[in-house]
Amino acid sequence: MLTDLDPATAPADAATEVQAYLARQNGKDLLRFITCGSVDDGKSTLIGRLLYDCKCLFEDQLASLEADSGRFGTTGAGRLDLALLVDGLAAEREQGITIDVAYRFFTTDRRKFIVADTPGHEQYTRNMVTGASTADAAVLLVDARKGVLTQTRRHSTIVSLLGVRHVVLAVNKMDAVGWSRETFERIAADYRVFAQRIGIDEVTCIPVSALTGDNVTRPSEHMVWYGGPTLLGHLESVDAAAEEKLGSFRMAVQWVNRPNQDFRGFCGTVAGGALCTGDEVAILPGGRTSRVARIVTMDGDLETALPGQAVTLVLADEVDASRGDMIVAAAGRPEVADQFAAHVVWMDEQPLLPGRSYLLRAGTATVGAQVTELKHAINVNTQEHAAAKHLDLNDVGFCNLALDRPIPFDAYADSRETGSFILIDRLTNATAGCGMIRFPLRRASNIHRHASKLDKAARAGSLQKPCVLWFTGLSGSGKSSVADRLEQELHRLGRRTMILDGDNVRHGLNRDLGFTDEDRVENIRRVAEVSKLMVDAGLIVLVSFISPFREERRMARSLVQDGEFLEIFMDTPLEVCEARDPKGLYKKARAGQLPHFTGIDSAYEPPDAPEITLKGAEQGTDAMVAQVIGELRRREVI
Amino acid sequence: MLLDPLLDIRPAAREISGSGSVTGSEASLPAILTTPARLTHLQRLEAESIHIMREVAAQFHKPVMLYSVGKDSSVLLHLAMKAFYPSKPPFPLLHVDTTWKFREMIEFRDRMARDLGLDLMVHINRDGVRQGIGPVSHGSAVHTDVMKTQALKQALDAHGFDAAFGGARRDEEKSRAKERIFSFRTSSHRWEPKNQRPELWSLYQGRIHKGESIRVFPLSNWTELDIWQYIHQEAIPVVPLYFAKPRPVVERDGTLIMVDDDRLPLRPGEVPEMAWVRFRTLGCYPLTGAVRSTAATLPEIIREMLLSTGSERQGRVIDQDAAASMEAKKQEGYF
Repeated sequence: MLTDLDPATAPADAATEVQAYLARQNGKDLLRFITCGSVDDGKSTLIGRLLYDCKCLFEDQLASLEADSGRFGTTGAGRLDLALLVDGLAAEREQGITIDVAYRFFTTDRRKFIVADTPGHEQYTRNMVTGASTADAAVLLVDARKGVLTQTRRHSTIVSLLGVRHVVLAVNKMDAVGWSRETFERIAADYRVFAQRIGIDEVTCIPVSALTGDNVTRPSEHMVWYGGPTLLGHLESVDAAAEEKLGSFRMAVQWVNRPNQDFRGFCGTVAGGALCTGDEVAILPGGRTSRVARIVTMDGDLETALPGQAVTLVLADEVDASRGDMIVAAAGRPEVADQFAAHVVWMDEQPLLPGRSYLLRAGTATVGAQVTELKHAINVNTQEHAAAKHLDLNDVGFCNLALDRPIPFDAYADSRETGSFILIDRLTNATAGCGMIRFPLRRASNIHRHASKLDKAARAGSLQKPCVLWFTGLSGSGKSSVADRLEQELHRLGRRTMILDGDNVRHGLNRDLGFTDEDRVENIRRVAEVSKLMVDAGLIVLVSFISPFREERRMARSLVQDGEFLEIFMDTPLEVCEARDPKGLYKKARAGQLPHFTGIDSAYEPPDAPEITLKGAEQGTDAMVAQVIGELRRREVI
Repeated sequence: MLLDPLLDIRPAAREISGSGSVTGSEASLPAILTTPARLTHLQRLEAESIHIMREVAAQFHKPVMLYSVGKDSSVLLHLAMKAFYPSKPPFPLLHVDTTWKFREMIEFRDRMARDLGLDLMVHINRDGVRQGIGPVSHGSAVHTDVMKTQALKQALDAHGFDAAFGGARRDEEKSRAKERIFSFRTSSHRWEPKNQRPELWSLYQGRIHKGESIRVFPLSNWTELDIWQYIHQEAIPVVPLYFAKPRPVVERDGTLIMVDDDRLPLRPGEVPEMAWVRFRTLGCYPLTGAVRSTAATLPEIIREMLLSTGSERQGRVIDQDAAASMEAKKQEGYF
């Protein structure tokens, strides 16, 4: 470990010496940086070199490194393979690649560092994004023999999107090109042109050899023509203070602290701006205002809270605030909107589909959200914009999003903390995507709901409870036949009904839609909205759609009130449906003439807990109708 | 937090814990603290950890804090007291007792829980006890698996905890350096190192299905030096075993093992000697090597650590297996 302590110091002076040392440590600032590069660019070797040269390795760690270098090393006999210091997973050591971010810590006389070694492979881009989201600087490695490659451009795009402010291009393996100045300058010039194009303003190019250590921590004797700083020297001097452009106070409420009747504190971390007692604050999205009475910590009350500090605020008035709200400076408020435009990086195996509902986490708020418009996808390798219907794993897109309620936010360019969000898959709970907000969209703010005097109960009278009977099942499972017969029976009983059939709606309202996953989601969204209007009209709505995805059926259910949505699962086996094939569609699909056909080459997700299950292969239509009528009576729908 | 903690040399934790009192800071603080122009390194680490703890309290139904009684656990506990002040931490402490911990650890554990007024749960794998599993008779691998890993899973399952705090740090070991702060576990407690959830900014995502859980590591970004420096600054009580004094030890295969009770069978010719030793990490006493030392105060310990050429885990018999052993154990559910 790097210290300037002298082992020979007399014990009496030792305590003073340690105190002085610790004071220096605590006064140092911290720089978080990532390293990225392609396979074999020597990224892990570079970090190993930094740790090794900064004497941040212990003897036992060196001993096990020597042993491992013999077993897995790729640097040749008798040479330490420094990459093995950071590739910590067994699979990484075996394959010689980096799969996930590794965080390492080292300290120099001037500064403390956390370095995140991020993977270079395209398939692990999401792990690189994880590392970049908290980095102040990025070190991009290129091999001097290869120059700027597709991967370098991809990494640069991610770094630029994630708002990493300082970019270093480390041209590595200079030893392998005879320390050639001309090679270095050509690569540096190439990169500068590219960086400027994607909006990276500040680039420092440094010729290095991680293998030999030249220009990593000590100036190179081989490259006297280079007059700039060493890599470490540069990292020690770049501006680390995460001075946010945002000057106004922001704090998302994490947890409400109520130990007793007399104390109510709002816990959170200051995301921007300073706060003093007495300051006027607003609680968003509601907008109530109050003043800060106390800033509480266990060590005593504070008069000022700084960005990054975790505090508990007590307000002067009895105002309601809870997790998900944001307390902000009343005089410098963020945007509050339920629609905005953002860059999204998709990180899930399941593609992002416009219209599908996800959970969005921004600060401490969790809301329902959908991409309403995918404006374009950005090819991270070429930076070209292209039209896209969906985003696959590791794709980047520029989208409009709509939330189910307004939230406060800033532009990501102004604040990483209050301008960022993640998207969560409702079914798997996976963190499926992340986003950087560009600007709010105003189109929703001038449209207000008109409340009418009559409600659906009035429209339905005492005749019936309006509801949606949602038939789902494979093509040929019998949905339409049962729905049709059921509607006749309800009509005979004097009820008011409407039937929405998949095929019929596709002739009109949805004739612009095809059968891709994206279009299926939009198809269902429109039908769900129409059936909601019909429930408001007081009708019993029979919807007969394959509706293969659970998520969209859940969305349809969420549009109406509890008890107004009955999911009816036509549980007819695929073989039976295929044997019936009333429209000859299975035959076509099997012949490859009908792509995206549910059950053949597009998935059907059966319901987890349908209100009614009909066994289409075992029961006759009349029996099934009777079963549904019985259930409607039991539920007092009719 | 004190403005310049280093101008004020607080009593070392050894004296506090030695006196039987474990109250924290009692220095006379002004009613209103003035805030410095920017946060110190330790203030930033503290704030990050508190943020993580509050996220857990808000996102989960039934969290628990794994309390291993070591120095990292002491810091974790202190941070929890701060995070929820003036409330008590809204979760219990759980100690997985292998029955082979140093006696001083158990005394310290009970005193801490009592003095802070916290709910402490102790779990022992009774099946393992019935089978007579121990580090001496069965070796470190079997003992650790049965009495630690399996015991932990039993306790988590029995109480239905959906989040569990641990004190692990990324600077400790290579596979830990790869782990997320919110680390997802399947319903069988497995860690999938190749398929971790992306974790961006300070958005910690704890949504899980029933039976699944999240292990949470609020000290991920702390180093060993940060831990000791914070213990010093905040006068946090730690187990006296960290401080040197004469203790009965035997030397085995280059490791100094303390004879903490009469369950350690002495080999022929072995006679415990009284030696000035201390511990850099704590665990089951037959598996934990002592270091020869006279460092009896926190500044002396910190100085010794700064001048040391070996890492803290060197003293752990458990870590000296194959390079990937920690990863394998963690996949099985080890903390």
